[in-house]
Amino acid sequence: MSFIRFYAIAKKEIVQVLRDTRSLIIVLIMPVILVLLFGYGVSLDLKHLPVYVYDQDGTQQSQDLLKHFQASEYFDVVRVVDNYRELTLALDSGEAKMGLVIPWDFARRLANGRPAEIQALMDGTDDNTANVLIGYTQAVVERYSLQVQLRWLQGQGQTVQPSQISVENRTWYNEELESSAFIVPGVLALVMSVIGAFLTSLTIAREWERGTMEQLISTPATPLEIMLGKLVPYFVIGILDVIVCALFAVYWFKVPLRGSSLTLLLSSAMFLVVVLAMGFFISVIAKNQLAASQLALLTTFLPAFLLSGFLYAIEQMPKALQLFTYILPARYYVSILKKIFLKGSPTALLYVDLVPLTIIAVVLGVLATNSFRKRLP
Amino acid sequence: MPDVQSSVVIEELVKRFGDFVAVDHISLDARKGEIFGFLGPNGAGKSTTIRMLCGLLTPTSGRATVAGYDVAKEPESVRQNIGYMSQKFSLYNDLKVIENLRLFAGLYSVPRDAVKKRIGWALEMSDLTGQEDLIVGTLPGGWKQRLALGCAVLHKPPIIFLDEPTSGVDPLSRRQFWDLIHQMAGDGVTVFVTTHYMEEAEYCNRLALIFRGKMVALGTPSELKRSSVKGDLLLVECAPLGPAVESLQTAPMVLDAAVFGNALHIVVEQAQEAIPQVRQYMTDRGVAVQRIELIQPTLEDAFVALTSDIASPSSKKTS
Repeated sequence: MSFIRFYAIAKKEIVQVLRDTRSLIIVLIMPVILVLLFGYGVSLDLKHLPVYVYDQDGTQQSQDLLKHFQASEYFDVVRVVDNYRELTLALDSGEAKMGLVIPWDFARRLANGRPAEIQALMDGTDDNTANVLIGYTQAVVERYSLQVQLRWLQGQGQTVQPSQISVENRTWYNEELESSAFIVPGVLALVMSVIGAFLTSLTIAREWERGTMEQLISTPATPLEIMLGKLVPYFVIGILDVIVCALFAVYWFKVPLRGSSLTLLLSSAMFLVVVLAMGFFISVIAKNQLAASQLALLTTFLPAFLLSGFLYAIEQMPKALQLFTYILPARYYVSILKKIFLKGSPTALLYVDLVPLTIIAVVLGVLATNSFRKRLP
Repeated sequence: MPDVQSSVVIEELVKRFGDFVAVDHISLDARKGEIFGFLGPNGAGKSTTIRMLCGLLTPTSGRATVAGYDVAKEPESVRQNIGYMSQKFSLYNDLKVIENLRLFAGLYSVPRDAVKKRIGWALEMSDLTGQEDLIVGTLPGGWKQRLALGCAVLHKPPIIFLDEPTSGVDPLSRRQFWDLIHQMAGDGVTVFVTTHYMEEAEYCNRLALIFRGKMVALGTPSELKRSSVKGDLLLVECAPLGPAVESLQTAPMVLDAAVFGNALHIVVEQAQEAIPQVRQYMTDRGVAVQRIELIQPTLEDAFVALTSDIASPSSKKTS
């Protein structure tokens, strides 16, 4: 390992990045855009969902029930209509996520002490929202129903001491249940994937395409020197981007950073080693830019996006897919990120994620180093 | 142990790509300070041979040593001793002249205190002094070529390999480039160069003619010209050319006939005797002859003569 040769390659790489607009955009602007996009754009919060109401009954009782819906922060009764057609139309157009129909005999049935039913129509195109709506609706209706029963019993002359069980909610780690706090830390995994795998495999493939790699491997530079010379600059860039994204998360989106910043940097460094090794490995297989960029997105960015627990909980995935996530480095990194940012877990509790991540980093690093041959294909 | 006399030795070198034999049992050796040319059409196997000599491709069989090191077994020792300029211009177009030079100074581990001097020398040699800060991509072809050579020899290697160094370069720049090569050879550097320009091949000390992976001849340019054409070479200006060459190929006093530009080159036993016979023969067959004269064979004649039996086995042999 000659430091002179390594340094010559690394310096050249940095000059090239600084001179190439496309690389500069990926390095400087893309991380910020991703953080903003996911911080603002992706909201998993379900509040103030628009509801249309068709109140056939139109009595004191039905108004009473609607007031309960109105009072809940989850529903917004945006319109009251007087026919099914408008209700259906609102659901079709997406103006309403739910349509509530209160039947004409609602108050009468209650007055007679008979069971009453109301109808809730859900927009099931988004099953997650529909499920949540069902839950919220049932909760509102049950509470109202209890009131009705109590009142009825009192009306019968009975004094009832209502004994209720209530749940006192205390959400830990993300007290406000802000989805930006849940999502923004994970964006780091996406940024690292793009810088580490996408950008590096692209620049190495470009050298093969342009013939500069042939010149490079005709010199005494060793495979290790070429690899480190190509990758170390992107490692530094990656670490800088981690810092930028973390600052954005904390100061812009008010995501708490409860754990140690040092642990955050160390685990990010580990994940960077993983994605850089993958990027290098990919460029060994795919010696043209198109194939390299597609392979990089397919093997790093997409898993980090879809299967890492970044947006979708791993526990809710099909069993086979869950097992598959164990070989995904992004899974461990996202888990570490959430623990460090939100839980402030002590480093000792991160070993379950850090150990597999380190193993993957070492294996991929060794594979990448040995896969590069100073030979033409 | 590095051999002082022969800096490149090739023995029965073969390279196959699947069923295709790119290099077919080539053997030769190049001496120190020699300008050794590889002449042949595109796809003849010249670049493949050079790439094997630089350790960039593994030979299928056979053996080659460069500066005494086996190219298959000790490619790294080979790389310490060579400079290589690949066929495609392969410096970094987005870097400045000086940045490319510094990169290669680093890659070849030029000692820190010598870097400035070596780069200054390379700039002067390639006539780029004062242009250090230009982005390489904006330079004209001839300048790029000289810079590439400068980068390849920054570390003063004893052997340099130049693969089609002057393709796509204007004639004046080509001339300048060859002056550089001669200068370096004068300093004892062995230069291995491929080309498909016949006039460039004349600048080489020795030439290997490569055709379809095989080496069809080896020698100095004048040896090749002399030995390949057995007899005297005549230039025949006549019209129409097509029927003329066909009838001459079967004429008894003609050993070989081929179209060369807008005239014919024919080979005869002895010029003095043959000239009137040929003139008569053609006039008899209704071909108008403007001029017949004895000429010295060129490398192109040699190349045509040497490859004709491989290219079209049915045609008449010259020897």
